[in-house]
Amino acid sequence: MKKILSGNEAIARGAFEAGVKVAAAYPGTPSTEILETISKEYKDIYSEWSPNEKVALEVTYGASMAGARSLACMKHVGVNVAADPFMTLSYVGVNGGLVLLTADDPELYSSQNEQDNRNYAKFAKVPMFEPSDSQEAKDFIKLAFEVSERFDTPVMVRSVTRISHAKGIVELQDPVIPPVPIGIKKDTAKYTMLPSYARVRHVVIEERLLKLKEFAEEFPGNRIEINDPHIGIISAGISYQYAKEVFPNHSYLKLGMVWPLPKRLIGEFFKKVKKVYIVEELDPFLEENIRAMGFKPKGGKNLFSMCGELNPFLVEKGMLKKKIKSFKPLFKETLPPRPPNLCPGCPHRGVFHVLKKLKVFASGDIGCYTLGAYPPLNVINSNICMGSSIGGAHGMAKALGEQGKGKIVGVIGDSTFLHAGVHPLMDVGYNRSYATIIILDNRTTGMTGQQEHPATGYTIKGEKAHRIDFIELGHALGIENPRKVNPWNLEETEQVIKEELEKDEPSLVVSEGPCTLLRRAFKKYNKPLQVDSTKCVGCKTCVNLGCPAISYQLVEGEMAVTADGKKRKGIAYIEPGLCPGCHVCYQVCKLGAIKSQEDKPIFGFETV
Amino acid sequence: MDQKTTNILVAGVGGQGVILASDIMSEVFMEAGYDVKKSEVHGMAMRGGIVTSHFRFGKKVYSPLIKEGEADILFAFEQLEGLRWVNHLRPDGKIVMNDHKINPPAVNLGEMEYPKAIPEKIKSKLKDFYLVKGSEIALQLGDARAANVVLLGAISKFFEVNEDLWLKTILDVLPPKVHDLNRKAFFAGRDQISVS
Repeated sequence: MKKILSGNEAIARGAFEAGVKVAAAYPGTPSTEILETISKEYKDIYSEWSPNEKVALEVTYGASMAGARSLACMKHVGVNVAADPFMTLSYVGVNGGLVLLTADDPELYSSQNEQDNRNYAKFAKVPMFEPSDSQEAKDFIKLAFEVSERFDTPVMVRSVTRISHAKGIVELQDPVIPPVPIGIKKDTAKYTMLPSYARVRHVVIEERLLKLKEFAEEFPGNRIEINDPHIGIISAGISYQYAKEVFPNHSYLKLGMVWPLPKRLIGEFFKKVKKVYIVEELDPFLEENIRAMGFKPKGGKNLFSMCGELNPFLVEKGMLKKKIKSFKPLFKETLPPRPPNLCPGCPHRGVFHVLKKLKVFASGDIGCYTLGAYPPLNVINSNICMGSSIGGAHGMAKALGEQGKGKIVGVIGDSTFLHAGVHPLMDVGYNRSYATIIILDNRTTGMTGQQEHPATGYTIKGEKAHRIDFIELGHALGIENPRKVNPWNLEETEQVIKEELEKDEPSLVVSEGPCTLLRRAFKKYNKPLQVDSTKCVGCKTCVNLGCPAISYQLVEGEMAVTADGKKRKGIAYIEPGLCPGCHVCYQVCKLGAIKSQEDKPIFGFETV
Repeated sequence: MDQKTTNILVAGVGGQGVILASDIMSEVFMEAGYDVKKSEVHGMAMRGGIVTSHFRFGKKVYSPLIKEGEADILFAFEQLEGLRWVNHLRPDGKIVMNDHKINPPAVNLGEMEYPKAIPEKIKSKLKDFYLVKGSEIALQLGDARAANVVLLGAISKFFEVNEDLWLKTILDVLPPKVHDLNRKAFFAGRDQISVS
């Protein structure tokens, strides 16, 4: 049977067909849909959202020791978080097969960097497979489990955004029964990395790498396709498809396994074709390693950028150098951009309005709220990785001393806080920081499309779960008086944040406003607000909240004057179809020109 | 079967159903016996940003991305996005555009103007242009969200694929309570296009 699947759906299907028993992940674009698909479609697999990628990988490590085939999925930067267990997991190897799926994000569609995780395979001395479409995504996951058990190694499979979020036709098969039995098997010297045991294991993994090199020579997923023998391209993953698209008549060495590399096969290809080019996205990973073997390709990264995503046009342009006439656009006018922004009614907007007013330095974090760095909000001042807001704010406070008092805030979402913010908040409490930490608790993992986490009260399968209370947790971490605010009530939010900024002690504010798109959290939405066109002077105070429901519209003639004779060039307009009625704009209008349609104004929503 | 691959670039704004529409096209053309590939970017685009989906079908499709300047059809769900992506079209390409505008932030803030007379502008350079009242018709039928199905109805007119296959594929992904509405939306869309 054939079906159209995205790369992520195909990876999930591959896990099912391989007989995977345990799958764990933390959501992250472009990897999120793998676990979502597993939890929805393949209910016999135990699946979980772990608090972070390190935990997810440790869960699969445990499952593997117990004999289960297990899968950990994460975005590229998630592997950094999981790198600590991973580097040593390579030493201990597996019992049941273990696969770490990394989904890289060339072009940074939704990420903070575009690191090339092929480097991790070399670094950790483990094999890596790289599919070039949905069919291979499924096939390589299955194969990865076999290789994992055969060579006693964790295996990496690398996807990229264009594999994970592209769809193609996949042939489905029935699941297999994995060969390793489930059970407790003690083998202390293999699984306990004391220095004396680890020294022994290091020798084992070097030998393992040699065996994997032999496997790579014979692996049919590394294949030579001879067409025109004058030009040959070595490529892997999505880059292979781009090259094949524009140069169907060239010869190819298509690598399905990108680490370790098959030296003899590469040599054979260099013998069979005259000029060899290496086409790869991001780092010159294949190129450097092939050059280190002594081969001399005609071209590689001198033809293609290290930055960003490749596509058929860039591959053609790189290969033909100047021979291609550059693409002529039909229209050249500058169009208004359409960046992503915070939704109408978003609870973050109220907090950001207050922070802007208080002119603080806002150390930011990873999530929808990073968008607060863009105009017109311009509130977030820094962000590097999950959890960095808190340590960053604390470090600034320590460096600034008196000079920074009342000016340093760390802003972090609920899911991000539980992922990597607990330890830095512990530091704030332990080492007494005056920085004010604000948890924007919207009760979900917003940016990746609403996944559960340990403070939502539900598991990935929708079962009820323990729900972490941020106030209690704050107390436990050494914050004496953590506070809650309703972020849609601006006066309350400003009052509380101001008081907390004035304190010379660790402080924590929990902004309790569910994501406006999280339907289950709302009893109802409110009636949309309306602009009183007789009163509005067009000052843009409400417009500058950056709410997609509010626009500024130019007016002429009779409309260019208010009821009491003030001149105006434009007025605000609220699109009723977009406005959920949060009333934040109502509160910022000093002229009373925004009207509530409720019996009396409601600052926020009736939530569950 | 035609050996050549057909490239359709679908462009719109987050929330308009661009991805669902290209998913439906993929199913339709797979059922009709073609190899299909499609690609889009999720993630931050959900927050009111630009959404594009590259959809390709043919005998054998390699790249999930359309080469710049080689789209055969630009299927635009919004006027400004139509103008933005028109450069990806071949000189003799076709445009099927929803007659609908959604202001981007810079326009809402009063910093930039929404480009004027987009349909006329495009038509002056590209003759194979079809403006479809997708959002208007959907609203008249009772639900603005059915605009993507009106548009699918319109684009379906250009292919020799049985209309029953289109309709069945569309209804398969929608809950039964909206089947009636979407059946009407699909045929209203087909009626928007008269192909000689």
